[in-house]
Amino acid sequence: MSYFSSGTWWWPYLFILAAGFAATDVWRFLGVYLGGKLSEDSDLLVLVRTMATALVAAVIGNLIVFPGGALAHTSLVLRIAAAALGFAAYLVSGKRMVAGIVVAELLLVAGLYLRL
Amino acid sequence: MSTSISDTTLPRSIWFLRGVRAAFSLPGLILVSSFVGFAALAKDAGVTVAQAAFMTGIVWALPSMVVLVGAIVSGVALPAAMFAVTLSAIRLMPMVMALVPEMRADRTRPWVLYLLSHFVAVTSWVLAMERLKHIPRDKRTIFYAGLGGMLVTANIIVVVTFYAVADALPFAISAALLMLTPMYFLTSLWGSARERAGHMAMAFGVGLGPLFHVLLPQFDLLAAGLVGGTAAYGWHLWRRRVHAA
Repeated sequence: MSYFSSGTWWWPYLFILAAGFAATDVWRFLGVYLGGKLSEDSDLLVLVRTMATALVAAVIGNLIVFPGGALAHTSLVLRIAAAALGFAAYLVSGKRMVAGIVVAELLLVAGLYLRL
Repeated sequence: MSTSISDTTLPRSIWFLRGVRAAFSLPGLILVSSFVGFAALAKDAGVTVAQAAFMTGIVWALPSMVVLVGAIVSGVALPAAMFAVTLSAIRLMPMVMALVPEMRADRTRPWVLYLLSHFVAVTSWVLAMERLKHIPRDKRTIFYAGLGGMLVTANIIVVVTFYAVADALPFAISAALLMLTPMYFLTSLWGSARERAGHMAMAFGVGLGPLFHVLLPQFDLLAAGLVGGTAAYGWHLWRRRVHAA
């Protein structure tokens, strides 16, 4: 059963509760339970963190390469260039998130007005 | 904010309000901007405004919410969506594990910690790890309740507001809003990585996500997470052996 496969009003909420709330808070509760019991440097936790990081990074890649809405009508080269230069600005500025975000956004909007 | 002797005698409500005030910060502003992008994303996916607001409050982890909306868009069944979101949310566990010893006082009841753990996500975690050490220990939970509660409330309002106006915005603004989320994740994820393997995992994931999106459309995120994460972990082990030798 997918999100839109039922006509009932409550199905999407149940979907969010199961696939959203339960799927995230199980880790938060487990974190409280284990808090201080497990070493943060254990190898298992390193693997867990790299998998989780790669998954979220895949989300980032998809949002840039296969976006939805208005962003889908911009060119792929422009999106990748804006994101890459924004990320470079973030690194060069000493990991200032604002620098990265502002540079990427300005490049994207400038590119749209120049019809790149 | 520094702690003085008189601070420890202040009533709890003052510490709650100080937590609320701590939400008004640069990370808080960036988070709000990203939720503006999320409102556009959710609307685009066909999620109603009430469902988007519900999702914001009940899930409260933007990367997991974006994964959930991605699963909704690709029309996967509930178990597959649940699995993908579960995997995306694993990183919350070590974050909570790191925060609990900071927040707990001698007389803190466990249910308070379980309740407050729901507020843990990148932004509130970064702010809490930075501020809590300046708060008297027995006032830390109430401070975090104010901080987390304010962030959740503000962003539910943001989602509802921008969902309503998303269609009326000019094209360039809509495109720019949708670009906020990946840039926020890209920079915050890089900054919060604990070890070099995390940066390797990011590089693998960014590349593998779009690749698997073409090869395995239904399992792109899972495949990228498992393959990219294992590769980064392998690199981590290999590097440690090289350093040890």
